[in-house]
Amino acid sequence: MASLVLRNLVKTFDNTTVLHGISLEVEDGEFVVFVGPSGCGKSTTLRLIAGLEETTAGEIEIEGRVVNHLEPKERNIAMVFQNYAIYPHMTVRRNIGFGLRTSKLTKAEKTARLEDVAATLEMTELLDRKPSQLSGGQRQRVAIGRAMVRDPAVFLFDEPLSNLDAQLRTQMRLEIKKLHQRVGNTIIFVTHDQVEAMTMADRIVIMKDGHIQQVGKPADVYHRPANTFVAGFIGAPSMNMLQCKVDGGVARLASGPDVRLDIEAAQGQPVILGVRPDDLHPSGENPFLEGTVTVREPLGPDTLIYVDTPSGEVIAKADGQHPPEIGETVQLSARRDRLHVFDVETGRSLASNA
Amino acid sequence: MVSAVAEIRASSKTLLAPGTPRKPANTGQVIRWLILFTGGVLMVMPIAYMISTSLKWPHEIYNLALVPNEPHLENYTYVLEDGRFYGWFVNSLVIATITTISNILFDSLVGYTLCKFRFPGRYIVFIAILSTLMIPTEMLVIPWYLMSQAFGWLDSYWGIMFPGLMTAFGTFLMKQFFETVPDDFIEAARIDGLNELAIWWTVAMPLVRPALAALAIFVFLGNWTAFIWPLIVTNSVDMYTLPVGLSSFGDEADVQWELIMTGAAISTIPTLVVFLVFQRFIIRGVVMAGLKG
Repeated sequence: MASLVLRNLVKTFDNTTVLHGISLEVEDGEFVVFVGPSGCGKSTTLRLIAGLEETTAGEIEIEGRVVNHLEPKERNIAMVFQNYAIYPHMTVRRNIGFGLRTSKLTKAEKTARLEDVAATLEMTELLDRKPSQLSGGQRQRVAIGRAMVRDPAVFLFDEPLSNLDAQLRTQMRLEIKKLHQRVGNTIIFVTHDQVEAMTMADRIVIMKDGHIQQVGKPADVYHRPANTFVAGFIGAPSMNMLQCKVDGGVARLASGPDVRLDIEAAQGQPVILGVRPDDLHPSGENPFLEGTVTVREPLGPDTLIYVDTPSGEVIAKADGQHPPEIGETVQLSARRDRLHVFDVETGRSLASNA
Repeated sequence: MVSAVAEIRASSKTLLAPGTPRKPANTGQVIRWLILFTGGVLMVMPIAYMISTSLKWPHEIYNLALVPNEPHLENYTYVLEDGRFYGWFVNSLVIATITTISNILFDSLVGYTLCKFRFPGRYIVFIAILSTLMIPTEMLVIPWYLMSQAFGWLDSYWGIMFPGLMTAFGTFLMKQFFETVPDDFIEAARIDGLNELAIWWTVAMPLVRPALAALAIFVFLGNWTAFIWPLIVTNSVDMYTLPVGLSSFGDEADVQWELIMTGAAISTIPTLVVFLVFQRFIIRGVVMAGLKG
């Protein structure tokens, strides 16, 4: 059963529409990540689900019940905020127990559940501390604990890792994922970080300007981006986008040999040829781009090289130990099934070559 | 926080390592100290004279020497044995305490509402409240008096208290402080199932404790020392507040300054207590502790 359904969700602030008819079904126990640049409407969607904002139009259904006119507390959701929002004047115990204040459980049941959550999050020793005595990661865990203790139908996470340093972020990412595997609740997670989205999600929802651009499994959105926005947003560094024209099943670049494509496009139609830096290498078979290396970025196992070509600057991936020198001329190639073709005007994919 | 303190300690140690001679003060520092010293003396002088006068005999009052020739405690005995003083003291204490509690509750309730809720006319209400700050008390005294007379509040606690039960200044102060409480706290509590009144009381109020302490001090002191309105609204000596009562020592021809100063000296004790109790709550940065570190 779908635990969360959004139907044509519209949100307008004053005269500005920030969500233009969002529709989505989230299965029970699914981990769905909303990702997009700031201002894309992902946090607004989350706040609408939580009931912190009123919907302008459309329907929100949680566990088969339309919740549009219900108060946040009646929606059976829990939310973890970007700033954690744990109360500084209360101990960890009171903070976590706060979510149970209005529940009908007996005192013993409440205590048992609180201790259970504390044990799951490995915070039992910290229960009597105040938030000011905790590290950033521990505070984040308290915030998660407060959400967990209520055992909601849907967990909402609003960019919960963005205030942590890089190392802690990676660690918490893993912890949240493990937690999800253990407790199995439905999670809606909002982030602007595509790495978080890729690593954590069962499904990713990519948003831009209040529209959903693509919904799919991480591998799908990476390998089969629906449009140039998704192609550019997912994956780091971004996909190389080369302007070219289709001419009888081949793409003709500004220079160099033609690239054979398996798509149907009108003769002479201008298209964008997309190729990820990960898929573009020097000294492979059938090179189609030639240029001069301008910058090298060693990453350890690989080296990113910035190559100045007649079609513009592209990024390619070279060997980590013996990368081409700066100033060296390289010929770049990619597997044909790793090429993406997009319409110039709409940006839509004309079917990936994969 | 702890590490920051340790750091400061460490750095001060390196600055003043043992055996390092202290740097002689430069002219700028000397001037700064002189200004501060003068300010300090100006602040302390009235209090010193108040205590000094309370220890003098009547014939010594107009002798400006700070140390009385024959210091004595007769004035204190006289004031404390005069039954009226206790009554005035209790009146002032009751009035100042009730108005303080009332201000803490209502100013913060209105301030919180104006700060955290969006409703039509919110801005107009706020401006209307603020605009009352521009009306001097002297202008309000007559309407207050007529109102008290009409409602039968003259010469009663209620009559003395009602103008100060809620203040525009307190509302403004609290509204500004609630701005520092992140909305996330309130929304988290809303999701946790608390009603709006419970959110205000259990979540928002503890986070603005420093402001509440400051407001409590202002309101208590303001009402403890209030003079004009209690003088006008009270008729019977029993209903006098301390300042009004003290001013009644003596008559037009002969003001008994030594007794007034004795009463004033005693009456500063509660204000000191209030200040000492509440000032420890005025610790900045409490709000931030629950947010990103």
